[in-house]
Amino acid sequence: MTYKTDMGRVKGLGTAKEGTHEWWIGRLTAVALIPLTLCFIWKVAPLIGATHADVLAAFQSPFTAITTILFIMIAFIHLAGGLQEVIVDYVHGKGTLVVLLVSTKLACWGMGFAGAFAVAKIAFGA
Amino acid sequence: MADVNRDKRPLSPHISIYRPQINSITSIINRVTGIAMSLAAVLIVWWLLAAATSAAYFDLVNGLLTSWFGLLILFGSLWALWFHFLGGVRHLVMDFGVGYDIKSVDFWGKAIIVLSLALTAASIFCLSAF
Repeated sequence: MTYKTDMGRVKGLGTAKEGTHEWWIGRLTAVALIPLTLCFIWKVAPLIGATHADVLAAFQSPFTAITTILFIMIAFIHLAGGLQEVIVDYVHGKGTLVVLLVSTKLACWGMGFAGAFAVAKIAFGA
Repeated sequence: MADVNRDKRPLSPHISIYRPQINSITSIINRVTGIAMSLAAVLIVWWLLAAATSAAYFDLVNGLLTSWFGLLILFGSLWALWFHFLGGVRHLVMDFGVGYDIKSVDFWGKAIIVLSLALTAASIFCLSAF
């Protein structure tokens, strides 16, 4: 027997309709991050400790600039989703919960944009 | 009547009740590495912003990140990244419904710990060699 309504059964959806949205975004960003993480470890990690001129030169390569911008933006979307999952698991006070959810999400958006902007500025000539 | 024992109901067993198993350990490490990498993410953005600002500011931030304390955080984050990477790939594979038998769970649980350490050592070697 099924607990779904006839309409729900026909449409193949539950009442929430978007119940898997956060799960799906988590997987989607995880898949994108597989090649992007490898590019980051390959192209950007060696630049930490390099000279300023070397860093500026490295981001003149469109491949390095584009994969780094994508890595930063998608990593922060992935991080925002992950932090949200942890927060809703462990924080129970309604006020604290809302404050933490809003502040972590906004911080992630800000950080993701700031990182992407920095790379773009260097790539277009700092 | 229904809620007379509201504060005295037994809680369902949680982490502190169970004996640690390889699948619970990898699950917890995956979550902790994910949260811990927030710090590395902020540091990398700071480093990129410094590079986009000026040579002097870049030298300051670059110097801090390559100090012994900075490197400790970065190398730790590199391991966290490899572990989370391998754990994530494993989860994506398991989303297809494979690898759920106890033998596979035990094997891959241990394998990603060993592989994450090996990849961290290998990448630190490559980073310091070039």
